[in-house]
Formats: sequence, structure tokens, C-alpha cells
Amino acid sequence: MQDRMGKDVLMTLVVAGLLIWLLPQLVSTYTLTVLIIYGMLGFSLGLIWGFGGILCFGQAAFFGLGAYTYAIAAINIGESTLPMIIAILVPAIAALLLGAMMFYGRLTDVYLGVITLVVTLILFKFINSTAGPQYMIGTARLGGFNGIPGFQTLNVPGDPDAYIWGDAYFYVCAVIMVLVYLLVSALLRSSFGRIAVGIRENETRMSLMGYDVAARKTILFAIGAAIAGLAGALFANWGEIVTPGLFSLGQSAEIIIWCIVGGLGTRSGPILGAAGLAYLKFALGQQSLIDNTLITGLILVLFVLFLPKGLVPAISSLWKVSFARRSPSRVHQARRIRNRGRANG
Amino acid sequence: MAEVVLETQALTMRFGGVVASDNVNFKLRARELRCLIGPNGAGKSTFFKCVTGLLTPTEGQVFMRGQETTGWMPHQIASLGVGIKTQTPNVMDYLSVFENIWLAARRFHSVDEAKHKAEAVIDRLALNSIARSDLGNLAHGERQRVELGLVAVGDPWLVLLDEPAAGMSAEDVERMTEIIHELTKIAAVVIVEHDMQFIRSIAETVTVFHQGAVLMEDHVDKVMSDETVRNVYLGKKAG
Repeated sequence: MQDRMGKDVLMTLVVAGLLIWLLPQLVSTYTLTVLIIYGMLGFSLGLIWGFGGILCFGQAAFFGLGAYTYAIAAINIGESTLPMIIAILVPAIAALLLGAMMFYGRLTDVYLGVITLVVTLILFKFINSTAGPQYMIGTARLGGFNGIPGFQTLNVPGDPDAYIWGDAYFYVCAVIMVLVYLLVSALLRSSFGRIAVGIRENETRMSLMGYDVAARKTILFAIGAAIAGLAGALFANWGEIVTPGLFSLGQSAEIIIWCIVGGLGTRSGPILGAAGLAYLKFALGQQSLIDNTLITGLILVLFVLFLPKGLVPAISSLWKVSFARRSPSRVHQARRIRNRGRANG
Repeated sequence: MAEVVLETQALTMRFGGVVASDNVNFKLRARELRCLIGPNGAGKSTFFKCVTGLLTPTEGQVFMRGQETTGWMPHQIASLGVGIKTQTPNVMDYLSVFENIWLAARRFHSVDEAKHKAEAVIDRLALNSIARSDLGNLAHGERQRVELGLVAVGDPWLVLLDEPAAGMSAEDVERMTEIIHELTKIAAVVIVEHDMQFIRSIAETVTVFHQGAVLMEDHVDKVMSDETVRNVYLGKKAG
């Protein structure tokens, strides 16, 4: 167990290190940064949906909440360290409240989807309608559909004039992504993670075994929201503006598609799905021949039809089929051949 | 007399105009084995669900070891040390047998202890050969056995089983009987059952439900030979 854990951490670091070294030679770090951020957003839904069975249609709400919280706090505080922390806490607390309401109310599946979707819509509508000067939080104007520009972006902690941007910002985001990945991996290995998977598999059974399912789902939901909020804050820093578009339905739907395409129930799937599809969207955005939502839709349909488990599970089972050494049938065969040799000799 | 571990007082459950459980007074003592029988719709399962917290009774009270548990959530009741098996198999299909039982053990033990506990239960239930298989790939009898393992690993003092023998082969039922007898050494056991063969082989005291209420409560032989019980339930079958 300990051994496997060490191997897993080592693998993660090696793969991440290689990617961080190689990718900037192929794609601009500016684009890569946003791909990482989307990866983190996909990862947040992948955690609660793939390992907790909570299908949230409103993950974008926490993403947007993180971004707005960062922007507002950064304008008021003027140094980025505390705003980053607040941008993680606010979505997490919002998710705790929303989650407690939903899970203690014993809502499941469809109702959960509807409520999270509606919460996203409400936020979208609300932020859109805050154009007037009366909508202020501290010294920050919410700005309605124009969003909030001109806030303090990420700086070296304690030194507001030392901005982190460009290539440096890419490396910061990459390292944060790796840290989040390792933390979530540790969480999934812990009892909490294993119990969460049990709840995904059978809620009734887990509660009959004495687990407080509602509390555990609420906490997992909040962890997912915290990660989405972090991604939102990083996104705000990358774009240097936050707009109500962050809360849009399109954004929410896209996160779900990322997870399905990448592979639910895997850690890397949603990240790869997010980064891959976001890059595709970016590439398609440079031409005007085909509408790119059409392509995204087509990809989703093809995946649901032909690779319903997603990319990563498909690749890993292909890998197992082609490279599995010491599969029982082969051992058996080898033994048979050996025995035959003995009988003849 | 042993301590009363489960008691209901005037337990009533209504669904709209239908009275599914009607004024049920029930008492169970430590390490007792009790079977609940009755024709379809007699209110056995409703009673079971009210006791386990899956339903909240309309009226009346439930006591466990003297503590009132009316309206508690299932997980709170289970946390007291009550093992529950529902009518339909309730297991984690995409997890291995070991992981299933480990999860049940983890509720009451530390990570390492849970591992030992799970291994011991797997040994006792002769599940070693399939311990690493996913539950979804197993036969019905094996799944039922694993579910009993989930119940047993928590060292319960009260076990509630809803139709444990349903759909099982004769051999599986025999094994199940053994496991249940072993459970009665540490716990009081309530079994809701349809299978008369099984009841005859295992039961001591039987409570008969009819139209939501308790019709009679006596030793299994007396119940089986009782004229009223035959009329409402066994009449045609026992001929």
C-alpha cells in the first residue's frame, strides 16, 4: 500500500515534469495556462461526480464565484495573497450551504441537477444586472455585463509590485495543478475517499452501515467547489477581467462534456478532457469554416456512442489487453507446454 | 429475563388512507431470534422500515436498548450497533468483496483494525476465493452472503434481516442458516421472511402480521398449526 502510494506520487511528478518541460515548446504558455485552469475546473467536477456520484450542473457557478471573489477582494485589498485564499473559501462555503440544503433534503440525481443549474442561472442573471453604480462591494463595482477589469493580479506574496505573469504565471499554475492533483489523490486513498466511492456506489447501503451520507456528500461537494473556486481565481488572473460569462450555461455544460470525454472515475481523465477540448475549441476558433460548438457536440455524441467510459479508461484497458504480462491464461499455457515437454522427455 | 433490545409501542404507519402498520406493540430480548411472517401486504416490510429509520412512523414509538429512536435516520440507528439487510440486495457493485466489507468495518474501527476484521469475516464466510472480485460479477447467493458479511463485521447487538433467503438455492439457504445461528450468539436477530421451509428450519418464536397488525405471537410449531394463521396465510399452501 505504502509502496504503491510512493510509486503513484513519483509517476505523477515525472509525467507532470515532462509535460511542463515539453508543452511550452509546442504551444504558447499563455494558451497553456488557460488549458491548465480548465483542466483544474474539469478535475473539480471529476472529483465530485466521478468519485462521489454528485452530478453538479453548476460547477461553473463556483468557478465564477471564485473569479469574482478574487477580483472584488483584490480591488479592496490590493495584494493578491489573501484574495486567493478568500476566492477558495467563498465558493467552498457557498457549496457547504447549498450542499447541506440539497443532501439533507435527500434530493437526488435529477433534482440536484436542476437546482445546481438554476443556482448558476440566478448568479448569471444577478451579476448581469449589476451595472449600476449602486452595486458596490467595498470599493469594487460589480459592473454588470461589462464585468470587473483592472484589479491587482497575482504578485509574489508580500510584495504587491512584483507581479507574476507570462511564463512565470504558467509555471505557478502548473505547480498549483500538480499540488491539487496530489492532494486529491491522497484524499481518494484515505478512508474519506474510499467511503465517498462507497457512497457513489450505494448510498442506502452506506447509510445502513452507519455513515452519515448527507454530511459526507456535503463536504465532498465543498471540496470540489473549493478547487473550482481556485481555478476561477487563477482564471481571473489570467484574463485580468471577470465577466458574467463565467457563470453561463455553456460553460457549465462544457465542464460536463470534458468529464465524459476524458473519462469519469479517473483522476487524469477530466483534466485531459478539459485541456484537450479547450485546445480544440481554441484551434477551431481560428477558422470560420465550421462552428466549433457543432464540433464539440459531435465529439460528445461520438464518445457517448462509442467510448461511453471516456478516453482514459479506454486507453488504460487497451494498454492492459496489449501489454498485460503474466495473464493467467498465458501462465497456464506455459505450464502446459512445459508439462508436455516433460511427458515427452 | 434478558434485556429488551427492541421495543415498539403502538407503532402506526399510514400512507394516505392505507394503514400499513396498525398499532404494533413488539418486544425483542437480547440474543433472541424472531421471525416475522404474514401474507403479502401484511405490513412486515413497513414495520421493518419504520424500525430501521427508512420510514418515519405516523404514530407510536420505537425504543432500542431503552433509548427512543423514533424518527432517527438510518445511519444513526446503524451507528448504535444495529445491522440491517434490506429486501433487495444493497451492495457496492463496482467494488471488490474486500472493499465492501472493509467499508462496513471502517465505520467502527481504525484503518488497520478494519482490514483485520474484514479478513476475518471473509475467512468465516468462506469468501476467500472471490475476495478480490467485484460484487457485480458474483452470483445472487454470493452477493447475499457478502451482504450478511457487511452486517456481521460491525459486531451488531441487533440484526434486522428482510427476506435473507429470497431467491437462493437450497445449499445457499443452508449456509445462510448457519451464519444466522452464529449471529444469534452475539445479537438479537429479526428476520422478515416468506419462505416457510426456511422459517421452519430456523425459527423459535414467530410473530404473524395480518393487515398491518400483529395477529399472534408464539412458538413456531404452535403458529404453524394455528387455524387462524392457516386461514390468513398458510391455508392453501399447507393444505
